[in-house]
Amino acid sequence: MQFMLLFSRQGKLRLQKWYVPLSDKEKKKITRELVQTVLARKPKMCSFLEWRDLKIVYKRYASLYFCCAIEDQDNELITLEIIHRYVELLDKYFGSVCELDIIFNFEKAYFILDEFLLGGEVQETSKKNVLKAIEQADLLQEKTETMYHSKSFIGFKKAY
Amino acid sequence: MVVTSLKLQDLIEEIRGAKTQAQEREVIQKECAHIRASFRDGDPVHRHRQLAKLLYVHMLGYPAHFGQMECLKLIASSRFTDKRVGYLGAMLLLDERHDAHLLITNSIKNDLSQGIQPVQGLALCTLSTIGSAEMCRDLAPEVEKLLLQPSSYVRKKAILTAVHMIRKVPELSSVFLPPCAKLLHERHHGILLGTITLITELCERSPAALRHFQKVVPQLVQILRTLVTTGYSTEHSISGVSDPFLQVQILRLLRILGRNHEESSETMNDLLAQVATNTDTSRNAGNAVLFETVLTIMDIRSAAGLRVLAVNILGRFLLNSDRNIRYVALTSLLRLVQSDHSAVQRHRPTVVECLQETDASLSRRALELSLALVNSSNVRAMIQELQAFLESCPPLRADCASGILLAAERFAPTKRWHIDTILHVLTTAGTHVRDDAVANLTQLIGGAQELHAYSVRRLYNVLAEDISQQPLVQVAAWCIGEYGDLLLAGNCEEIEPLQVDEEEVLALLEKVLQSHMSLPATRGYALTALMKLSTRLCGDNNRIRQVVSIYGSCLDVELQQRAVEYDTLFRKYDHMRAAILEKMPLVERDGPQADEEAKESKEAAQLSEAAPVPTEPQASQLLDLLDLLDGASGDVQHPPPLDPAPGGALVHLLDLPCVPPPPAPIPDLKVFEREGVQLNLSFIRPHENPALLLITVTATNFSEGDVTHFICQAAVPKSLQLQLQAPSGNTVPARGGLPITQLFRILNPNKAPLRLKLRLTYNHFHQSVQEIFEVNNLPVESWQ
Repeated sequence: MQFMLLFSRQGKLRLQKWYVPLSDKEKKKITRELVQTVLARKPKMCSFLEWRDLKIVYKRYASLYFCCAIEDQDNELITLEIIHRYVELLDKYFGSVCELDIIFNFEKAYFILDEFLLGGEVQETSKKNVLKAIEQADLLQEKTETMYHSKSFIGFKKAY
Repeated sequence: MVVTSLKLQDLIEEIRGAKTQAQEREVIQKECAHIRASFRDGDPVHRHRQLAKLLYVHMLGYPAHFGQMECLKLIASSRFTDKRVGYLGAMLLLDERHDAHLLITNSIKNDLSQGIQPVQGLALCTLSTIGSAEMCRDLAPEVEKLLLQPSSYVRKKAILTAVHMIRKVPELSSVFLPPCAKLLHERHHGILLGTITLITELCERSPAALRHFQKVVPQLVQILRTLVTTGYSTEHSISGVSDPFLQVQILRLLRILGRNHEESSETMNDLLAQVATNTDTSRNAGNAVLFETVLTIMDIRSAAGLRVLAVNILGRFLLNSDRNIRYVALTSLLRLVQSDHSAVQRHRPTVVECLQETDASLSRRALELSLALVNSSNVRAMIQELQAFLESCPPLRADCASGILLAAERFAPTKRWHIDTILHVLTTAGTHVRDDAVANLTQLIGGAQELHAYSVRRLYNVLAEDISQQPLVQVAAWCIGEYGDLLLAGNCEEIEPLQVDEEEVLALLEKVLQSHMSLPATRGYALTALMKLSTRLCGDNNRIRQVVSIYGSCLDVELQQRAVEYDTLFRKYDHMRAAILEKMPLVERDGPQADEEAKESKEAAQLSEAAPVPTEPQASQLLDLLDLLDGASGDVQHPPPLDPAPGGALVHLLDLPCVPPPPAPIPDLKVFEREGVQLNLSFIRPHENPALLLITVTATNFSEGDVTHFICQAAVPKSLQLQLQAPSGNTVPARGGLPITQLFRILNPNKAPLRLKLRLTYNHFHQSVQEIFEVNNLPVESWQ
């Protein structure tokens, strides 16, 4: 997979993951072009389109479009499964996810994606394992934060 | 002064609260100023929060490059929150074109060897997203070590990082190839999937690796068989299909290993059959696996029966209610239609049904596939379907029309059917056909003598109904001009008897001439048709003469020229008119050659007016020279002239679209040398007018005495026309002085063999020299 974009029905970008090195300008151009193209498609059209020398696979879930760019020899149907799996993971993590969850916790959306795909390839096919990994990282973050704050609190007291 | 820093969620709230774009920009600019200030002050406590806010702003499209250095600082921090946001920021803000990305190499190295799994995970993820070739080279040893880590969490990530590293630095293959065999024994799906991805990448990059891994085919087959037969597991199954992600990846690797390799293909044959028959296809996941299986079967050396099975699966996909599945089926069948034609042919009815798809990306593929399936045994039925489609498919009309025309040309069972088909296309989609359709149809009709009456009547009927479809009008006008007599004869039993009177025909052509919808070329056709009718109608020609003379002052230069020529024909050369306006001879050639000829004829016609008027003062002197040649003309083999009429060139006044033939350079020729005086000819055939030959004659003088009073005269056979232009002078100074050049224009519309006789007279060393000779080694390219 070369990149994945999440955007709203209004065309607002909600998440972007690039697995190929491109300049900021190029990324913006591609995003603009694809958002326009995908949003212009009618609901009854198929989820695939040829774009430059890539294949675009997209699917709409509620108000969000999930859009992946894959290469010629890649399987469009399994890419749809990848998108679906990611939606399921978000759903499990946030508890019936909605666009707002992804807006306000966009970093979490990235963390989840990074536990599911790595360098554009599927790394984990078990939902349980992905969620477990995120949980552990969240836990670690929580622990270090309490430690950090208690430490700085002590330091603060000492100063006085 | 203490500025409390806004929390991420609060900022998002505030930005979303902005009512206008301007307001949003203002909020963001203010916040970015805060973030910058905070970065400058180096506040480590809130750094991760500031960066997170900046990342949100970045996603909205605002500049965020000033956060790049903060990413490095956060990654270097020991606090996990900092690292998490820092690595995220690095993946979003850095890429291998910024040198800054190299600065994180060391931090990644530390984190990889640190032993805290989530931290290792972050480092590997970042490395495989933005790792440049340089980073990959530096960090390969660390990643290699992690391949043998006991933790499956780190190991699966290290394997996929290795895939990225090989993509960036193919030499690293040697580092990552050896551990694969061991990793393939793993049970963990993530590790197995990563390993298979890694092997796939290795095999695609090197034939040596491909041969190496052909050994593991039985093992891969076993893994996939176990996967397929173990059945349902909550952890890995999707709607009853056991880990489709892993299955697809294995099938893809099998495809690469079995391609052009008999033994490996044999090993996987049974398994592929098993997967192809047993996969549950009620949901997308199963179809994804099945689709990959089909691709593998078609790409390896599989048994014939298996190939048919695979094509049948695609055929079944065409009936699926999910349009995505129909899409991949059409795309794949399109790829297979050449190699497995008969198997695909069996699904023709389904394919044709797919023409009705409302989604253009589907119907476009169905159209391509349908066209590829047309052959001589189904051509009638298929073209009928396609013509129905032509009427209903505005966006694909051009493709459909040109497809039908091509198919008709290849497989037409009869000429009549072919003419009908083209006519139908021109009637329904005339504006969408390529220009050469007109030329093709006129040629086709011209060649089918028995159908002349039929064609002209049909075309007349069509034209009477609609004069807006330009290509159709052009063909119709051409036919009416050529075969007007047959139209009026009314003895065609093929279609309903039709009584047309002359006035109606003329009125119709005049309507075409006057219509604002008619293109200039169409008017040209109509005018020529009228002209031709002047010899085919029984009545007087006053009406035609009147129209022709009106167009003599037409604003369109092309049309005007034509009208003037025709008018001249009426007035000055009326005795030749009937011969000139004869029917077009049968043209058996096709393609560019026919175009070329039409082009020549047209040019000839344009020049024909100038020809009878001798413009050169030397012309009279040439008369005796011409005699010299004509005596000899009997022994020259002339190709039979294509035109029966002397001025036949005029007959071809058709604007058939022309592709100019590529001009071939013609070698120069030395034709005369005496006492240091030389005469060279160089030839040019302007590609926009191949009938014309330009000969530049260059006289040079390398002797010690000047050449004076130099005159060069020339003669060609009577069927050619020659114009001598004035020479550049009549003196060539001695010892390589400025040469004389002179241009001959020879018009040779019939490509008659070129013969050239020259007479030179000049004074040299106080003697007068006269030479008459025939140039007998003229290059063939100068006239053919």
